[in-house]
Amino acid sequence: MTAALRFDPIRLPPVCEQLRQEVRAFLAEEIAAGTFDPHKPQREDNDAPEFSRRVGERGWLGMTWPKKYGGHERTFLERYVVTEEMRVANAPTRRFFVADRQSGPVLLKYAPEHIKMDILPRICRGELCFAIGMSEPNSGSDLFAAKTKATKTDGGYLINGAKIWTTSAHIADYMIAIFRTSPSTKENRRHGLTQFLVNMKSPGIKVNPIAQITGQREFNEVVFTDAFVPDDHVLGEIDGAWKQATSELAYERSGPERFLETYYVLTELVRALGPEPDTRGAEGIGRLVAQLHTMRRMSVSVAGMLQAGKEPVVEASIVKDIGTVWEQQLPHRVRELAAFVDAEDSNHATLDELTAFATKLAPKLTIQGGTTEVLRGIIARGLGLR
Amino acid sequence: METESNIVAETAERIFADLADAQAINADHAGGWKAPLWQALTESGLPLSWVAEDFGGAGASLADGFAVLNAAGRAALPAPLAETMLAGWLLAQAGIASLDGAMTVVPAHPKDRIVLGHDGCLSGGARGVPFGHEAKHIAVLAHGDKGAVVALVDAAACRIDEGTSLGGDALDVVSFDAVVPLQTASAPRGFDQTALMLMGCVVRSLQIAGSLETLLAISVAYANQRVAFEKKIGQFQAVQHNLAKLAGETSAALAAATSAADAICSAASFDDAVFLEAAAAKIRCAEAAEKGAAIAHQVHGAIGFTEEHILHRYSLRALGWRDDFGSESHWAVELGRLVAGRGADDLWPLVASR
Ligand SMILES: Cc1cc2nc3c(=O)[nH]c(=O)nc-3n(C[C@H](O)[C@H](O)[C@H](O)COP(=O)(O)OP(=O)(O)OC[C@H]3O[C@@H](n4cnc5c(N)ncnc54)[C@H](O)[C@@H]3O)c2cc1C
Repeated sequence: MTAALRFDPIRLPPVCEQLRQEVRAFLAEEIAAGTFDPHKPQREDNDAPEFSRRVGERGWLGMTWPKKYGGHERTFLERYVVTEEMRVANAPTRRFFVADRQSGPVLLKYAPEHIKMDILPRICRGELCFAIGMSEPNSGSDLFAAKTKATKTDGGYLINGAKIWTTSAHIADYMIAIFRTSPSTKENRRHGLTQFLVNMKSPGIKVNPIAQITGQREFNEVVFTDAFVPDDHVLGEIDGAWKQATSELAYERSGPERFLETYYVLTELVRALGPEPDTRGAEGIGRLVAQLHTMRRMSVSVAGMLQAGKEPVVEASIVKDIGTVWEQQLPHRVRELAAFVDAEDSNHATLDELTAFATKLAPKLTIQGGTTEVLRGIIARGLGLR
Repeated sequence: METESNIVAETAERIFADLADAQAINADHAGGWKAPLWQALTESGLPLSWVAEDFGGAGASLADGFAVLNAAGRAALPAPLAETMLAGWLLAQAGIASLDGAMTVVPAHPKDRIVLGHDGCLSGGARGVPFGHEAKHIAVLAHGDKGAVVALVDAAACRIDEGTSLGGDALDVVSFDAVVPLQTASAPRGFDQTALMLMGCVVRSLQIAGSLETLLAISVAYANQRVAFEKKIGQFQAVQHNLAKLAGETSAALAAATSAADAICSAASFDDAVFLEAAAAKIRCAEAAEKGAAIAHQVHGAIGFTEEHILHRYSLRALGWRDDFGSESHWAVELGRLVAGRGADDLWPLVASR
């Protein structure tokens, strides 16, 4: 029988609202100072190292991590508020986002103590950018087909092969990657991959940016030629990366970034339709807002369950599935609803520009971080289908 | 909302399991199940959950009552439990004690209007009144000279044109032609027809979410059992993905409905926050009902299209409930106007405030 799905009506505690005001004030200052333009999500150069440091100074990186590693021992709900406010403001989070969400937690769990002491505080200060090296030219959804090799040598490993679609590799200080240390076995085709921490500044690593249909160059090919990784940079069990891949996913899948990626077109639609929209416009806005509100409530609920020490893996996957499909469709719904807006006396130009950008961006939303199809397979298994 | 353990909801679930088994009801065309079910519900005090003990009710919390209604949705309960609870709640708003027996509420649609005249008589009509002719009494929210008035009416004093809902339950037109109410009292300040509709939205949203939970459970169970091409159909990826989508719609409905219920439990009045939550819940749950019911039927194939199979008990009720207390289109327009009126830059603060 199916385990019941749970979405308890979790509310953000008062401390979060206080924090929200602080984040908003900070972002308003940054906007006023010209750090970024909240109406320009399409900025070509999205890297903002100084902004990243200032976010770190505020204590908004590594928020949930132990203090001894530079963290702040705050709750997932507090981190949630910071993440959603940054996303809605189109703040330039590229430099720290992956490190804060994904890489830091992996290091916390699997890195040796001296590495944690070295790297985690720097992530918290906003100094480090991380990339994730999973995909390869012939290994995408099927992660366990990865071929890039780590060959044992004195004091470490030599890496040979290539990763691809690696977001931010061109600006990254480190990559957390999976490499093949042994062939897979008959009994377990997932066997033989090991997770590594790679210093991107080491010799033998070449990064080739790849242009995207939006005009941005945020992902890359990363070629390894006898790149050396020391023994103490192995993360977790040799040949056992497959055992480590799952537990972090709930965090990664259900955050506000999973439905807010194209939010700006909704704001501009509301602006374009004005204070007294016709019935069609009003109904369109109402449905979109109802859907948005619902997803946010689902997402906060998962964050609350995580905070309570539960592992809502299926619920988190559902949030990502519904959220990414929604944010992907949003520019198209906005386009339809804006069809009769008077081009003269409105923000038509801004709306058009943003909708065009979101339309180009939309296809990636159901591919990156695991496709919709893969995600639905995970949900189906969680429902008890085999 | 208390979801960990809820004695009131557990009592309800036990009664539903014993006396409102979908299979048994589906096979019993004579309606022999009706009287014992209602009697058990009455003895447990559930129909008057939301009426204070001083007024002869059970005095359960709003949250407990909402949990009961979510369970009633899971059971596709074909009895006027939600309606009687809502009627008792409406009467209590104005300090009117409930009477025994099944009740329903009027109006059940935002645009219908009942007027209380100077002569103390009610006039007007209400469409789509659930369980109208099965009710002994009707709780009416009427428009009086000085604002909203709550009235308790003997159902026999009204003209009731019988109809049926998509799910086959009574859904009637109730006409008030100079009807003299048994009792009237002013609604409290700030309480109006919109407030009643929003409460109705939350009730129906919880029922829809419940029915989707069962649609998901029986669809998954069927997919794990039915064989085609020498495989369980649940092993086909197309079927798995459909069920994953059904799980998504079920989750959305559940999250929206329980959130709105929680919002009402903790709100002092029917303010913008409750409006957003309740309207959004009704919109999203109705959308989920459409998508979810279609998938559940698709997974079941022809057997699910038969009267004999219980699937329709959940799917058709979920679809029918979309219309009560304002359809998703109605609420989307209202919510869209609220958002537009507040302005683009106030949208995120509104969403984030919940
Ligand atoms: C913008 C962007 C940023 C990215 N950033 C990173 C990054 O930083 N690091 C990184 O490692 N990767 C990154 N990726 C890669 C991403 O993880 C992969 O694209 C994704 O996992 C899919 O792999 P693929 O592109 O090889 O497609 P494929 O796996 O070849 O899939 C192609 C199609 O087949 C479908 N398919 C495949 N297998 C199945 C199956 N078993 N059942 C049903 N359908 C199936 C897929 O769903 C998809 O529709 C990024 C991708 C994008 C678009």
